[in-house]
Amino acid sequence: MSEITFLEAIREGIAEEMERDKDVFCLGEDIGAYGGAFKVTEGLMAKFGESRVIDTPISEAAIVGAAAGAAHMGMKPVCEMQFIDFISCGYDMLTNYVATARYRAMLPCPMVVRGPSGGYVRGGPFHSQNPEAAFLHTPGLKIVYPATASDAKGLIKSAIRDEDCVLFFEHKYLYRRIKEEMPAGDHLTPIGKARTAREGRDVSIITYAATVWKSLEAAEQLEKEDGLSVEVIDLRSIAPMDDDAIIATVKKTNRVLIVHEDTRTGGVAGEITARINEFAFEWLDAPILRVTAADVPLPYSPPLEDYVLPQTNDIVKAARRLASY
Amino acid sequence: MTPKTATRRPAGAKESRTALTREQLLEIYYYMRLTRTLEERLVNLYRQTKVVGGLFRSLGQEADAVGSAYALDRTKGDILSPLIRNLGSMLVQGALPTEIIKQYMAKGDSPTRGRELNIHYGDLVRGFIGQISHLGDMVPVMAGVTLSFKMRREDRVGLVYVGDGATSTGSFHEGINFAAVQRCPLVVIVENNGYAYSTPLSKQTAAKQMVDKAIGYGIVGEQADGNDVIATYEVTKRAVDRARAGEGVTLIELMTYRRKGHAEHDNQSYVPDGEIDRWATTNDPVDRYIRVLKEEYDVDVKELETIDARVAAEIDKATDEADAAPMPEPTDALVGIYADPPTEKPLWFREGVRAAVDVNERPSSWGTHDV
Repeated sequence: MSEITFLEAIREGIAEEMERDKDVFCLGEDIGAYGGAFKVTEGLMAKFGESRVIDTPISEAAIVGAAAGAAHMGMKPVCEMQFIDFISCGYDMLTNYVATARYRAMLPCPMVVRGPSGGYVRGGPFHSQNPEAAFLHTPGLKIVYPATASDAKGLIKSAIRDEDCVLFFEHKYLYRRIKEEMPAGDHLTPIGKARTAREGRDVSIITYAATVWKSLEAAEQLEKEDGLSVEVIDLRSIAPMDDDAIIATVKKTNRVLIVHEDTRTGGVAGEITARINEFAFEWLDAPILRVTAADVPLPYSPPLEDYVLPQTNDIVKAARRLASY
Repeated sequence: MTPKTATRRPAGAKESRTALTREQLLEIYYYMRLTRTLEERLVNLYRQTKVVGGLFRSLGQEADAVGSAYALDRTKGDILSPLIRNLGSMLVQGALPTEIIKQYMAKGDSPTRGRELNIHYGDLVRGFIGQISHLGDMVPVMAGVTLSFKMRREDRVGLVYVGDGATSTGSFHEGINFAAVQRCPLVVIVENNGYAYSTPLSKQTAAKQMVDKAIGYGIVGEQADGNDVIATYEVTKRAVDRARAGEGVTLIELMTYRRKGHAEHDNQSYVPDGEIDRWATTNDPVDRYIRVLKEEYDVDVKELETIDARVAAEIDKATDEADAAPMPEPTDALVGIYADPPTEKPLWFREGVRAAVDVNERPSSWGTHDV
């Protein structure tokens, strides 16, 4: 079996689920004949037909709302946001309608909203966003954000099979930059379970998505230059969050650095910090530190974007500060 | 694709012919009376402070809700999504007075287990999906419901209600456009009752009439007198038949009038003097329908009184049942946000306060690097 890219892994996962279950269908802008802005759905219309790969008007609220209605009736819609930045246009539908449906009306809403997210690609303020924190605050939604090709495939398949709405964020920087051989058979990655990307004893880095790779780079550098043993936890799921994995790594290293690409204030790192305070405060030997983007809209020009987003060297510096306690 | 616009029929003109049987006509009367009497009962309960939240009336709009919903085929599994003034449409689909009263009283065994208010609830089996408060949002949802009918080649139709106010929302536009492009078997009813809360139609839209909006979406538009229950039925039936035949979406504007405020607390200070009385005395949908039944279908007053008595008895029974029903268990609030895990974790601060060190296991070498 040959290696496939992160992007191809997502496509393969969707195709396998469409093959397996005739109720699975895709809808979104330019996803049919054109195959999507990034070509994630390329070939799916040819294979499954126009009725299961639906080109929609530019209407994120209608895409999400119609998916919800179809999901009530037992369909399994997979919505594409052309860029995840546009998910904000469906925010009302997702947070008020979809997220509450099961609780307030006993209406199941099994659906996936997926799309390319993240920066490091010179995309500017509206093609680089990481919207996970905006949705983490809404009970009723699940959020996954894979870092590896095999997790991308395993999580999109699990998301499609999930009985609730799953937001599936695909880091576009990873789309064609990482490759991996897929596990054989019906490969499913459980939602809500973190992955230890690297074992370590001295410092824990808790992260997800593209910054998993920056953290791994930093960990290697720290081992080489400082002799530090750094553990890297890839959360994979933001909601539900794997509290057990977080607490286990805190107990193991007693020093925690949280890294994410999203902006700092009100970000996921703050939530993780609060959970560690509540459940494992006694195990800390140092304050919990965060490496995140600065609190600004993401600028376009390379020197600006590079300065705002977390870089490997930022992670190295923060880990050294932790180790010095 | 040329939109058809029926002329609004003036009050008091000869009613349209209909294929409805005498039995069906009386059933329609039953639902209109049930709507009105049930709401009157809810007003009593509201004044007794037994209704926990606000109370929303459809006084004067019973015909448009009942007549339109009656055009759906319950044997085929048609589905509607009502608006706050479409209690009548839900009753036609099989919603029970006891459920409605329990909803208003926030009871533990209400259809939403006390989680949602008033008529915000649904049942896919009986064919109605509960609205949310964000106006227009049910249009995309019903576009999706009917898209699933189309994809599965099911012989089913959907109906969604919006008010004149909701036509100003983005969701309305996105949803109706999406459904139009997909040729979903969907009927969109715009209930034009003159006001969105306190805002008159003239401040909601520059369009001369709501039905004109159909042209922009490339769908059929029809307008009818919403206070004439038979006209309401007929116009909706045509749209339902078109939808079932694969001819796509229809926008129907039903002309009616909201005689009560947005909710029971609203004093309607913004309404011109005499306007409400004029509608009440000259264009009440129940009074008009009684006249039609008597004059055109030889219905005897006694028959109607029998129905009225049946309605009153049903509502008395439902009220007693709802009144006796228990309030929800507080901890039920944590159940069912996701299919899995089934239960949210309890709030630790409600579980009693213990020392942190008792709650949280601590390292043997507390305060030092654990190796």
